[in-house]
Amino acid sequence: MAKALLPRLLTVLLLALPASSWAQTDKQFGARSFALANGLQVVVIENHRAPIVTQMIWYKVGSADERRGKTGIAHFLEHLMFKGTKETPPGAFSRIVAQNGGQENAFTTADYTAFYQNVAADRLALVMKLESERMTGLVLSDAVVLPERDVIVEERHTRIDNAPSALLHEQIDATLFLNHPYHNPVIGWEREMRGLTTEDALDFYRRWYAPSNAVLVIGGDVATEDVRALAEKYYGPIPAHPVPARERAEEPPKVAATRLVMHSPRAGEPSWSRTYLAPSYTAGERHYAYALQVLAEALGGGVTSRLYHALVLQQGVALAAGAFYDPGALDLATFGFYATPKKGVAIDSLETALETVVKAALKDGLTQEEVARAKQHMQQQAVYARDSLDGPARIVGSALATGRSLEDVETWPQHIGAVTLDEVNAAARLVIHDETAVTGVLLPEPTS
Amino acid sequence: MSSCRALRRAAPALALLLFAAAPALGATKVQAVASPGGIVAWLVEDHSLPVVTLDVSFRGGAALDPADKSGLATLTADLLDEGAGELDSEAFQGRLEDLAASLDIEAGEDDIGVSLRSITANLAPSLRLLHLALTAPRFDAAAVARVRGQLLGELEREQHQPQYISARLWFRNAFGGHPYARPRQGTPESIARIGVDDMRALVKSRFARDAILIGVVGDVTPETLKPLLDQTFGDLPAQVGAVAVPEAAAAARAPLLLARLPIPQSVVTFGQPGIKRDDPDWYAAYVVNHILGGGGFSARLTQEVRVKRGLAYSVYSALEPLRRAGLIIGGVASENARVAESIDVIRAEWRRMREDGPTAQELADAKTYLTGSYPLNLDSTARIAATLVGIQRDGLGIDYLDRRNALIDAVTLADAKRVARTLLDPDRLSFVVVGSPESLPGAEEAPPDGG
Repeated sequence: MAKALLPRLLTVLLLALPASSWAQTDKQFGARSFALANGLQVVVIENHRAPIVTQMIWYKVGSADERRGKTGIAHFLEHLMFKGTKETPPGAFSRIVAQNGGQENAFTTADYTAFYQNVAADRLALVMKLESERMTGLVLSDAVVLPERDVIVEERHTRIDNAPSALLHEQIDATLFLNHPYHNPVIGWEREMRGLTTEDALDFYRRWYAPSNAVLVIGGDVATEDVRALAEKYYGPIPAHPVPARERAEEPPKVAATRLVMHSPRAGEPSWSRTYLAPSYTAGERHYAYALQVLAEALGGGVTSRLYHALVLQQGVALAAGAFYDPGALDLATFGFYATPKKGVAIDSLETALETVVKAALKDGLTQEEVARAKQHMQQQAVYARDSLDGPARIVGSALATGRSLEDVETWPQHIGAVTLDEVNAAARLVIHDETAVTGVLLPEPTS
Repeated sequence: MSSCRALRRAAPALALLLFAAAPALGATKVQAVASPGGIVAWLVEDHSLPVVTLDVSFRGGAALDPADKSGLATLTADLLDEGAGELDSEAFQGRLEDLAASLDIEAGEDDIGVSLRSITANLAPSLRLLHLALTAPRFDAAAVARVRGQLLGELEREQHQPQYISARLWFRNAFGGHPYARPRQGTPESIARIGVDDMRALVKSRFARDAILIGVVGDVTPETLKPLLDQTFGDLPAQVGAVAVPEAAAAARAPLLLARLPIPQSVVTFGQPGIKRDDPDWYAAYVVNHILGGGGFSARLTQEVRVKRGLAYSVYSALEPLRRAGLIIGGVASENARVAESIDVIRAEWRRMREDGPTAQELADAKTYLTGSYPLNLDSTARIAATLVGIQRDGLGIDYLDRRNALIDAVTLADAKRVARTLLDPDRLSFVVVGSPESLPGAEEAPPDGG
């Protein structure tokens, strides 16, 4: 049961999953898209398995769009979006959704902020009305904002400060990104979070929340034409207003390898990771984004991968070992390796063993068979991505919120199928450079 | 890298399942399929995707582990897919990968659960692997040593996590010498004592035809399924060996325990004796708990602890109906300076609900939520399959999906008030705090965790 051992933040994140032998014309989700006059992009993913729908709205703004000194404001605003509008008093939004049997939540990343409701199909109009009202009608006061600021600080304590591996991960990002805002944690640095104000939230809201900066995804038991009518009715009247370009500080070249060693009496067991900057779907040498996914799968995606085979099964020096890569970032992505040593194995020995495997892969390349197997597995898994109400909406929404096209998402399995052995080997040589990587080591010993 | 507004908590699986279980699904038709060999599975056909999920539950879980070998069911479950029949661990896992199938086997307190997911074209070979895992696991020395090491590593990590520590201590405080007091994953000492013979004996005595419940959902017809049921489960022994876990009642010895840990936020588990799934007042209790600390932002605990006072990111309570004991169990995490205040607020809300019960409006809102949201939990083959097994385990009947919302709607305000008064008891509500609280009047230091 190796899966349970993988550090949560480091698992391979392959958002789209896919089936073998995809014809050139096959579309994974069969999504349809249109735009309103005010610039709102609308996507409909019909799925008639059950009389339920999901509404997800994705704003193209995240923590990497925050101003200096205001880290955490994107996520804080996400919380505050539930605090009432001109039409609904504080708390009413969630109460109305619940009274109608709906489930809702929201989430924020460095690149986007998304809100969703899952409801019976006949309640779609209601949640579209509510969601459209808070696109521009948010009303905030200190009375609701200040207690919520305490809530996000507690959220930070829960997610980060109480968890040594999360604290180290935060430091790794801050080291890997020297200048680009991915340097900062999505939830924010605590001191800055405690200083965020109602005006900060409203300022960020007015700047970024606009129809032309959003993607509305409706999935489930609906007809596209009905969604078009509802979208026109509720979102159509919202005036267009321009949003600034997403100007993000450029990342300078990294010239030094960095090693972060964190000792914590609360770590439990040691762990190791090494992270490299890498292209994403939309930044850097992005034509390698698919090859890098295949590389992560073949080198460290599962129990038949090179790293697991060598370090866990053959040499028995690791309890877990693998690779991670998520191409979904708007700017540069990260690629890397992780491992947990078997009891009694020194971190340095584990590191050397892993480096040996990776160096061999770089020098001799992967084999045709390894790449074919990884590709087939990834494509076969694609069908499972459709086996839920909101899975497809999340895949499509996150892609469009980071500047990708619907066509691109729909043909993920074909893109994977087209990856060649040469591309995988070239991608490995492009990204894996230990002389500029960040190595993170978590050790259970006390600091004293 | 994402943060969200509501922490997705690890909800007690049983409680969630049962209520996830009903359907406004005109489309969700449950049929009982009996194979020629007498294996019965509940099936929901759905041919919209070439996917099948098959869930199995075997009666008897970690609570049956010998006292000195806690973790036995967990370690055994972890090893079943690490080599079986002619296939060693790597060959078995490689075959699963080639089939694009996933096989998860996990021990709960009262059951061992299996979930197999496959694409339609590979269902038969995937089920052959499951058959091997259940009837011919190898327990090769190398695999046993590796998985034992992985489990020990996981345990070492968990034993430093405040959530794990507080839940562990709460169960130990509440259940004394009963098996429910012991950790399901075992302790480093107990895991070291488990031998291959123990695991073989468990497989032989537990995986039997009279202990099995099966739920199947997806792209398969009854005609196709029947022979597969016989091929997969037909040669299991007819009957399980003796299975006996005594009844238990949660009776906390200390109302407020503190385990000191140098962290900025104190993590709290709280709870009291609850109600079992077959209790006639189950539905009233379920609705009352929903209003007190169940789902969503309208729950009183969330309103009072989080929304009004900003004391925590997450606070909840849930019914946990174990087979031998009912529980109401909850959690909260607050900064060290304010955790005492959180506990005071929770106690006060417990008392207020006991004394006054819910309002008519709260009851009405809870009903529309619980009945309306119910089909949302049946959106995937995996969730429906888990529900089918849960309904069977709780003996609710094959028509439960059609009756479930009426059972919720039948709860009256008088029922809810009566059950709130008899069930909720601030004097039996015990707390375990892990952290460095600045002040925690009346707290007793927790004894060291000896497992």
